Amino acid sequence: MNKKINKSDFKTDWSYSPAPESTDHIKIVKKNDLFINGKFMPPEKGKYFKTINPANEQKLADVAEADKSDVDKAVKAARKAYDKVWSKMDPSERGKYIYRIARLIQERAREFSVIETMDGGKPIRESRDIDIPLVSAHFFYYAGWADKLSYAFPGKQAKPIGVAGQIIPWNFPLLMAAWKLAPALATGNTVVLKPAETTPLTAMKLAEIIQEADLPPGVVNIINGDGKTGRAIVEHEDINKIAFTGSTDVGKMIMKSVAGTGKKYTLELGGKAANIIFEDAAIDQAVEGIIDGIFFNQGHVCCAGSRLFVQESVADTVISKLKDRMESLIVGDPLDKNTDIGAINSKMQLEKIKMYVDIGQKEGGSVHQSSCGLPEKGYWHAPTLFTDVSQSHRIVQEEIFGPVLAIQTFRTVDEVIAKANNTPFGLSGGVWTDKGSKIFQVSKSIRAGVLWANTFNKFDPTSPFGGYKESGMGREGGLEGLMPYVNLV
Amino acid sequence: MSQREDIKKTYKLYIGGKFPRTESGRYIKWVDANNKGAVNICRGSRKDFRNAMVTARDAFSGWCSRTAYNRSQILYRIGEILEGRRSQFANELILQGSSKKEAGNEINQSIDRLIYYAGWADKYQQIFSRVNPVASSYFNFSYPEPTGVVSALAPNNSSLIGLVSIVAPIIAGGNTVVVLASEEKPLCSITFAEVLHTSDVPGGVVNILTGYRSELLDHFSSHMDVNAIVYCGNESEEIKLVQENAALNVKRPIVYTDENWLSKNVQDPYRILNTLETKTTWHPVGI
Amino acid sequence: METFIHRIDQVGAQERVSRLFSRSIKKESKIDALNTVLSMIDLTTLEGKDSPGKVKQLCYKAAHLHDQFPNLPSVAAICVYPTMVPIAKKALENTNINVASVATAFPAGMTSLEYKLEEVKRVVVDGADEVDMVISRGKFLRGEYNYVSDEISLVKEACGQAHLKVILETGELVTLDNVRLASDLAMEAGADFIKTSTGKVSPAATPPVVLIMLEAIRDYYKKTGKKIGMKPAGGISKAKLAIQYLVMIKETLGQDWLDADLFRFGASSLANDVLMQIVKQSTGVYQSANYFSID
Repeated sequence: MNKKINKSDFKTDWSYSPAPESTDHIKIVKKNDLFINGKFMPPEKGKYFKTINPANEQKLADVAEADKSDVDKAVKAARKAYDKVWSKMDPSERGKYIYRIARLIQERAREFSVIETMDGGKPIRESRDIDIPLVSAHFFYYAGWADKLSYAFPGKQAKPIGVAGQIIPWNFPLLMAAWKLAPALATGNTVVLKPAETTPLTAMKLAEIIQEADLPPGVVNIINGDGKTGRAIVEHEDINKIAFTGSTDVGKMIMKSVAGTGKKYTLELGGKAANIIFEDAAIDQAVEGIIDGIFFNQGHVCCAGSRLFVQESVADTVISKLKDRMESLIVGDPLDKNTDIGAINSKMQLEKIKMYVDIGQKEGGSVHQSSCGLPEKGYWHAPTLFTDVSQSHRIVQEEIFGPVLAIQTFRTVDEVIAKANNTPFGLSGGVWTDKGSKIFQVSKSIRAGVLWANTFNKFDPTSPFGGYKESGMGREGGLEGLMPYVNLV
Repeated sequence: MSQREDIKKTYKLYIGGKFPRTESGRYIKWVDANNKGAVNICRGSRKDFRNAMVTARDAFSGWCSRTAYNRSQILYRIGEILEGRRSQFANELILQGSSKKEAGNEINQSIDRLIYYAGWADKYQQIFSRVNPVASSYFNFSYPEPTGVVSALAPNNSSLIGLVSIVAPIIAGGNTVVVLASEEKPLCSITFAEVLHTSDVPGGVVNILTGYRSELLDHFSSHMDVNAIVYCGNESEEIKLVQENAALNVKRPIVYTDENWLSKNVQDPYRILNTLETKTTWHPVGI
Repeated sequence: METFIHRIDQVGAQERVSRLFSRSIKKESKIDALNTVLSMIDLTTLEGKDSPGKVKQLCYKAAHLHDQFPNLPSVAAICVYPTMVPIAKKALENTNINVASVATAFPAGMTSLEYKLEEVKRVVVDGADEVDMVISRGKFLRGEYNYVSDEISLVKEACGQAHLKVILETGELVTLDNVRLASDLAMEAGADFIKTSTGKVSPAATPPVVLIMLEAIRDYYKKTGKKIGMKPAGGISKAKLAIQYLVMIKETLGQDWLDADLFRFGASSLANDVLMQIVKQSTGVYQSANYFSID
């Protein structure tokens, strides 16, 4: 170029100005009571705990803690609603209530997204564009099954089980509530739901929707508390089925606890998914898939692609592109629309992640983190990756549940399949290649419940999700997602 | 004080998301059982049918590429809008011979039927698809696809529920449709077109004509760009004509002889399957 | 020429685009962006009915975008047909705005190599600072990559001091795999800029195409150290889209490409939309087209 371009004076270092999502149109209830039998009521013992915003450690609200007698009250309400109203209702009318819930959530979507972000720390972009739309889609999908169950199971009639106790985690609070409630209600059951203690607020908002939808009292009861409340639900005699999403350790405790009681149960537990990049993959899109696989939702994802396997011939290219891409990830205020990685959900989780990063280094792994700055207050962790690690390292074996990726190379298909399966977990996996037959061969060989080919972390209400081995049993989503909530006669 | 005069509705056709009059300019004087309440209905021509076919074909690729979730939501919305317009339909049904109670019941069933098919739109794929365990190293899967553009003759003995029962499963399956309304009771059909038009249904997905079956049946069944024809009725001569004409381009002839469209027996996912084609794909499994 | 095939997954590429386009650019960063966009525009007129009068008016507009508003940058260049080059040169003689000329039998490129090279030499003699050539798409789609590459090299030679933009006509290449291949080929053969379209074929520049071309430039830079420029042309009439492309540049290539030396917008009505946004940011009030000269 010969000539100088005429420019006027403006900053040449272009960065994004803050773009905060507004919070002035939402209402967070300051004192959240238990939602039992269609009403909000105070806990028997009068105990409340607080829920905070992990981005700034400020208290958002007080939440009632349910003890054994509150649990009992809730189960009684659910049982009465089941016996007298819900199981007797025409299935297509049941479906209409669930459709109403779906539509009401769509109408109040932004409010839900903002509260989800404030209570749990995930970026507003994710709660607005991914979590909340999936929530209403889930209710909408299952509403339609309510009067069609005779087609779902050839040769069998599907009958409801009764009262379901459902315990959900903090990583996708409202979405996990939808995954549990929608199929349970559609199949004619009533529910006692316990949200995670660090993220109760969107479930409390959902209780408002349930009132607005005029759902008969007692069909859905939402009570809060920690592990003690959860145990009271699991051990309650009049609950017919337990649905749990959380850690593998607690899942095993639940299995032991219900042994011999005749209770049905489904478990959605931990994972340590292998994300496999072959040399004939579309490399740039694969890099994006790696990023999405481990840094989506700060890595607080049971099906996260936390073990990367790159074919040796393209390893240098992939890792170099990965590091470049990590530099453009913005860690910051979850309410800022440009934030890619939000706050870690709790102090406890942050310590756990840091502990593993420490272990990884002590074990001899080479750590690399993006150069992003982290805010002062709140719980934050930079996106991190480890190279020079192997299957024998703890950080490769154990679930970290944070934005930490462990990278290994491989040479042949057989080798990577063996290593991918070399884990007690079996929730998900990813395979990246341009070759169709390889996709089918590899996905056939990997022992996991969800295989993503040339993509990662995709969810849909019609698509069944669940694990092999210690990642749990039972499926949520799709036709298979009805099974845990019916007796087939 | 003089009495207020009504603005009487003009009943036009519904083609390509617009409400044109019949290009032939002809009309049918519809009257009720007592020879009163006259309404001029468009006497649809073969050219109207031809024009509707063009827009239905145009609209097909967009409609069938939408997500099933989207189609499901649109069908639900049709139900929402119909619910809000009850009184208009009740008046027309009463004019056409229903009692107030019958009208209310027919409207209820029609709305519920739309919600029923809304619920199937993103599920029929799951019950009608398969992975087939072929005896060679191939991944083999079968799944249903919409057949394309469907022509339909709505039941004569029903003004609303018959029309809804035909249209809903056809579009739930991703097809577009040109339907000839009941000859005896045409009034609700055009009002239903207004409901469709305000429910996010893209223009051309549903096209509604009024007119004489005797004039139009031949065209509905012989048009070479129709992929399937749905005939409702019991006239053996008409059925024979439909099936013979279908042979011209091997369009699929579907005959429903049901009488009682209010019954739940006429709604099921196989009504969707009837307008679908099954595609089976093979892909090697190997490295 | 290297035969390493760089595969592209269309669905994945579109998802990356959606993610980039979800960025929210507000306040100061928006004002900066708008000014940057303005400085990157190649104001273009490429119609059979172009006349000296039309071109002179466009040149005047280029130098006087909106005199009512102080301190606006001027556009980067004017882009015209070969016969209009001398007119544009004269009209812009007291400015720093470049004159770019299309050449090589734009837009179809369906003439002999001889004729194309003659045309290029002619416009350079007439004073064009920049030459926008079209590749032979028919040859490319037949797999005659050496032909396409040699043609570019020869045109580059004929350009002399003028810089060369190579138009890939991505709408005719159709697949992103082809866009990547053509980008790599053009850069290897000597392009200073790679450009999406002539604007005469639909679709013109689309977001996934732009992303793939930017990534090609990035990989080429990593491999050779050479910085090649990029120009999307056609279909960009709204400031919002232009700013989204700046986001794409920033997160794919970085600061160096946020500059008219390495990035241009081939557009005609974009300038006025950007001006309206600039005035809106300054006054807080949404603007009307009536207040901005057409040319």
